Amino acid sequence: MGVNERKKRVLIAKPGLDGHDRGAKFIARALRDGGFEVIYTGIRRTPEEIAAAAVQEDVAAIGLSSLSGGHNRLFPAVIEALAKINGSDIQVLGGGVIPTEDIPALKEAGIREIFTPGTPIEIIIQSFQEACDLHYRHRSA
Amino acid sequence: MVEISPLIKAITNRDSRAIARAITFVEDGDRQADLILTGLDPVLIEKATVIGITGPPGAGKSTLTDKLISQYRNQNERIGVIAIDPSSPISGGAILGDRIRMMKHALDNDVVMRSMATRGRLGGLCGAAGATARIMAGSGCSTIIIETVGVGQSEMDIIRLADITALVVAPGLGDDIQAMKAGLLEVADLLVVNKADCPGAEALAMDMETVAREKPPLADNLARVCLTVATEGRGIKELSEALARIDYLQRQGDEHVRRRQQARTMEVLDWSLEMLRPGLQDLINRHDVLETGDPRLLAAEIIKELMNH
Repeated sequence: MGVNERKKRVLIAKPGLDGHDRGAKFIARALRDGGFEVIYTGIRRTPEEIAAAAVQEDVAAIGLSSLSGGHNRLFPAVIEALAKINGSDIQVLGGGVIPTEDIPALKEAGIREIFTPGTPIEIIIQSFQEACDLHYRHRSA
Repeated sequence: MVEISPLIKAITNRDSRAIARAITFVEDGDRQADLILTGLDPVLIEKATVIGITGPPGAGKSTLTDKLISQYRNQNERIGVIAIDPSSPISGGAILGDRIRMMKHALDNDVVMRSMATRGRLGGLCGAAGATARIMAGSGCSTIIIETVGVGQSEMDIIRLADITALVVAPGLGDDIQAMKAGLLEVADLLVVNKADCPGAEALAMDMETVAREKPPLADNLARVCLTVATEGRGIKELSEALARIDYLQRQGDEHVRRRQQARTMEVLDWSLEMLRPGLQDLINRHDVLETGDPRLLAAEIIKELMNH
């Protein structure tokens, strides 16, 4: 490492047509207060747009938010889009209104963590921290 | 460790990942940045034009930048965008939201965009932005836009990195514009009155014309004030033409070289201070600052110590 400390960069995005972004904005602010640089891309993004923005911004992790029920298709689609542009080392986390029975399949598809409405914010920050640490370790290896 | 020469090659080949990684090296002050910056094509850097877009929050800078990107893409130009937002002085974190207005270009490989936080540092930001612009130029971008809120000294410095500066104002932001008059209006090459369809735009445009006339023009009949409605794309073509004309005139005369010299000088100073900072901090830490008298005297002593090292 050089003169300055490495900053943790993450991207928060909402895939699909769901326009409810209160949760995503809440997480973005909490991460900012935790010292992260948060790139916020707004609502109604395609998985491909999210992946391309994450690569350009050179983030360590992506947080996806979905409240519309589209997570089973959209979250894995982001993983696939990242793989297509050589970005599989970027960690993906997800949250929103997600039924417990959907979680194993999402994790199987490569989503590192799934947060539901009851998850304490400290746990979410901690998970992003760990995801970033893992990514940056891999990067400097 | 990342191999450097393949990275430079990948930047030249317009690979998004390589460009993004190189910018991270620069931003984090990583030593690997030195080798990358040395390997960039100086001809491309010289040919590229850096445009600074500044103005108060809510004036429409991001929307205007988005429309300018479309305009340049229509002309088949590859374009870079550096969007700067402040870091929180308390947590050191930041929310960088300029991409929201520019997401329609996300899948266009010839729009290279990077969000950058000020990171609350006194030095280094200006240098990081300058180096990022050169990496983008080295990847073939012919125009690079640096977008930032024009308040505070470090942001003024960033704007002075640009070959051309456009100040965006809008009706209804009265006090903000009043506050900016002293600083930014003086350095702006072009004044853009955005939201020109809103009440008060005409009076604002007249006000801006008066300000603009205080500066000696580069050429006769050169537009100094542009009217735009960025949300509808109105006035964007005229704005890009005005920017191109200023660029042409500056490159015809010696103004272009003068500005590059000024920008380089500022960047060298910025990097120098940034590199000195850790050493200075070490020296200061060795003194009991409460026992050594006036801070100014201690500073002079420390500089003397540093010189003797």
